[in-house]
Amino acid sequence: MLHGGHLLSVLIFFPVAGSLALLLLRGDDHKFIRIIAMIVSTAEFLFSLLMLPGVPIGAAGYQLEENVKWITAPPINYHVGVDGISMFLVLLTTFLTPISVLASWNSIQRRVKEFFVMLLLLEVGVVGVFLSLDLFLFFVFWEVMLIPMALLIGIWGHERRVYAAVKFVLYTMTGSILMLVGIIWLYNATGTFDLPVIQQAMANGLLYGAPRTEMLLFLAFFLAFAIKVPLFPLHTWLPDAHVEAPTAGSVMLAGVLLKLGTYGMIRFCLPLFPEASHRAAGWVALLAIIGIIYGALVSMVQPNLKKLVAYSSVSHLGFVVLGIFAFHNISMQGAVFQMLAHGISTGALFLLVGMLYDRRHTFEISDYGGLSTPMPKLAAFFLFVALSSLGLPMLNGFVGEFLILLGTYQRHWGWASWAALGVILSACYLLWSYQRVFFGEVTVEKNRALPDASWREKGILATMAVVTLWMGIGSAFITRRTEIATKTVMEQIEPQRPYEATAPVKEMKLAPTGPTRESEAQAASMERLGTR
Amino acid sequence: MLLQPFVRSRQFFTALALIGSLAGTLAAIFALMNSGPGFYGLIQSDSFSFFFRILVGTVAFLVVLAAGPYLDRERLPIAEFYALLLFATAGMGVLASAQELLTAFIGLEMSSISSYILAGYRRDALKSSESAMKYFLLGSFATAFFLYGIALVYGATGTTLLDQMASADTTSTLLKLGLAMILIGLGFKVAAAPFQVWTPDVYEGAPTPVTALFSAGPKAAAFALLLRIFATVPAATQFWFWAFWVLAVLTMFAGNLGALVQTNVKRLLAYSSIAHAGYILVAFAAVTTMSSESNSGAGPAYAAVLFYLLSYALVKLGAFTIVSQLGGAGEKSLSLDDYAGLSQRQPFVAAMLSVYLLSLLGLPVTAGFFGKFYIFKAAVNSHLLWLAVLMAINSVIGAYYYLRVIVVMYMREPSAEGAALNPVPFPVGVNLVLLITFAGTILFGVYPNPVINFILRADLLGH
Repeated sequence: MLHGGHLLSVLIFFPVAGSLALLLLRGDDHKFIRIIAMIVSTAEFLFSLLMLPGVPIGAAGYQLEENVKWITAPPINYHVGVDGISMFLVLLTTFLTPISVLASWNSIQRRVKEFFVMLLLLEVGVVGVFLSLDLFLFFVFWEVMLIPMALLIGIWGHERRVYAAVKFVLYTMTGSILMLVGIIWLYNATGTFDLPVIQQAMANGLLYGAPRTEMLLFLAFFLAFAIKVPLFPLHTWLPDAHVEAPTAGSVMLAGVLLKLGTYGMIRFCLPLFPEASHRAAGWVALLAIIGIIYGALVSMVQPNLKKLVAYSSVSHLGFVVLGIFAFHNISMQGAVFQMLAHGISTGALFLLVGMLYDRRHTFEISDYGGLSTPMPKLAAFFLFVALSSLGLPMLNGFVGEFLILLGTYQRHWGWASWAALGVILSACYLLWSYQRVFFGEVTVEKNRALPDASWREKGILATMAVVTLWMGIGSAFITRRTEIATKTVMEQIEPQRPYEATAPVKEMKLAPTGPTRESEAQAASMERLGTR
Repeated sequence: MLLQPFVRSRQFFTALALIGSLAGTLAAIFALMNSGPGFYGLIQSDSFSFFFRILVGTVAFLVVLAAGPYLDRERLPIAEFYALLLFATAGMGVLASAQELLTAFIGLEMSSISSYILAGYRRDALKSSESAMKYFLLGSFATAFFLYGIALVYGATGTTLLDQMASADTTSTLLKLGLAMILIGLGFKVAAAPFQVWTPDVYEGAPTPVTALFSAGPKAAAFALLLRIFATVPAATQFWFWAFWVLAVLTMFAGNLGALVQTNVKRLLAYSSIAHAGYILVAFAAVTTMSSESNSGAGPAYAAVLFYLLSYALVKLGAFTIVSQLGGAGEKSLSLDDYAGLSQRQPFVAAMLSVYLLSLLGLPVTAGFFGKFYIFKAAVNSHLLWLAVLMAINSVIGAYYYLRVIVVMYMREPSAEGAALNPVPFPVGVNLVLLITFAGTILFGVYPNPVINFILRADLLGH
């Protein structure tokens, strides 16, 4: 399986090398440190682009795999690989990291070296999670990322940063430790930690013995992911963490870390526990829909701009979870797309809110008002990003939400109709808050002399805007590459297999059991959408 | 054949003490090459006892290294300290390799009596004397239990040799009672609830290098004996399973809940060591169920205990060494507030202490993570899901107080006088200890293969 060199290992460990190099530097030359961090993170992004030719369109299974023995007892391998879904999520991570470095250029003045070290270590953990194909390795990276994020919030955050950081860690650890128990249990059932091996065994008819076992295992994994997403009743850590985190922390948190949860659901919950996923789908969808509407309603009444964006994440991620648990290929594709789109749009929103904060040191909407007069350029960017976040056609948010609703509608029209409410509400809270912040007279005298976007800020925002637009127009570039991966997941969760499977279905990943009428219909509708 | 390699080096210099502990460690290697029962079966020299002698010897070596600067700073006599330390270590070595209960008792007494004196070594400090007194009174009480247990076991089986007991009648109430007494005696030594109340006071009062020794050495040795007894004697029944189950749960909660409210770093680490004893007892519960079904399955559970003790010893030694050094003259700066802003005064020390704490918490890239992983695995292997879940809950509780120390070091600004403090100097010996424990923590956290392969060897227990 060793082909394609060691690109993925380079991707995982290059930021480690970068952060070690940073550690060796003297701490007082801030500018030099920033430049090095920028070089490292940009190089990492360029490296990650090399994955694109490595993952051919239409090739099922994992690419660029590396599989090395790591621990002998129990057998644990360093097994990494990439498919369409994880490739774009890694690209999102490596793209947002240099953006975060740039965004922290001036706003971080204290312990600059440590800040960038933590940012790079965070990138290591996240990229590692996306690329791991061994459950144990996955868990290691899952935990590795925890401490840098907590320190980013806790050291460089705002007033209640310590509370937010500790809350973040405790929430995440609760889920992840139970997931560790689940991973070990799964190992006991299958004798391996290797994801493709387990999937192959599943395709050959390996079962967990009892539906109850599968359900408990599903819950052990699902809880960890649901906390990370965060799904509705488990979301309370998120507003605190977001509001207290420094801008770069919020960008990484919203842009990438939340996706770890939904990624985990797609990669682990569904393929490993198909039967349990089906049985839980109704409840999960219910929570997702509550999350969509609740998040939107709370956003609507938020006096705090950053909290507003944070709650909008709850709402948007609800869409993603809904798309995943609708078990429809189109909605699954939409979910993946929405993960990427949300990473860009909400990342950009946090960047903008951070820029406002740099100027006025407040997140209260009432402290702003009429800002488009002193800073027209920033206002224009904000409008653009807000429109993309609320799902204006041609921009990135639209594609994801539309695909999710389309796919969900074909399975459960009721779910889709409730979720569609969220789209309307998101227009309400984003436009209303935009109006309060940027339109009208300048209400606070201080705001009259605020400087418009600097070159650095314009550079960041223009990059984000270009990506937003490109994702909206050229969405086929992404969907063509994720299609085969989502299809594989859909095949793995086909409901008829688990407990009454008689003949082992071999080569599940490579040869679908034959095109059904439904999948032809899906293909046709994808054509019509122009996403091919 | 090796017995007590440590006793001979009773010379009064650090160097000699170092050589003594090193020689003891090396002698353990020699003993492994000639493994087998010794002294008419009183002592078993196998890879199991080898592991523990190396562990205890290394602990002694590191404590000697760290104690030198401490003794200088506190102006305490140096020679007796080392002598007692090596005596205690020799006792632990005996304890870990004893194959016969009276020999074990001698080992226990050797290590305990030296420990009592060491705990009170700062004679002029009230707390130290209190610590010694408490340790002595409660400790001798526990030893009495242990001895009484031996007597009962002898009454039930007619022998004190462990391997001859293997054929004994397991249903005998007398045997059960005797083993329960032994369990109580050793439970005291490992600080298992409800026999843990002495731990915080003794750990707090004892000189910090001694605390480091207590938390790593005697605990490991007592666990070794406990493991040997319960792996050899056919005690693997429901009864012992539930005994360990209850002990484990009580100990975990007692330790973690107690640690939540501590403001003194030494006390906090003391409670944390109670909690960790609880985690290890989880693996014991797994041992007792496994060996009741088949002996082959128990291997990973033993391995979990051994690996955990190793990772734990490294981390606790490192952490207590830092605490000892930061404590300052007379051990005054021990409260959490004194650690505020440490990351700015002494970034390397703060980073190291954080790594030790994260290892105690069980996060990856540290040895503690694999320790916890193996215990979880042993528990799940034995279908002890509830115990695993309870342990998971405890880990999260634990996360709170370990994080609190990190939060204080990194996220809180020091008080006015704290900011004016000069960095505490770290002498070479202390740095060496930190280097070794740190390297070990990270190395075994990334690549535990050598250790885990060694302790998974089939002949671990000599038969």
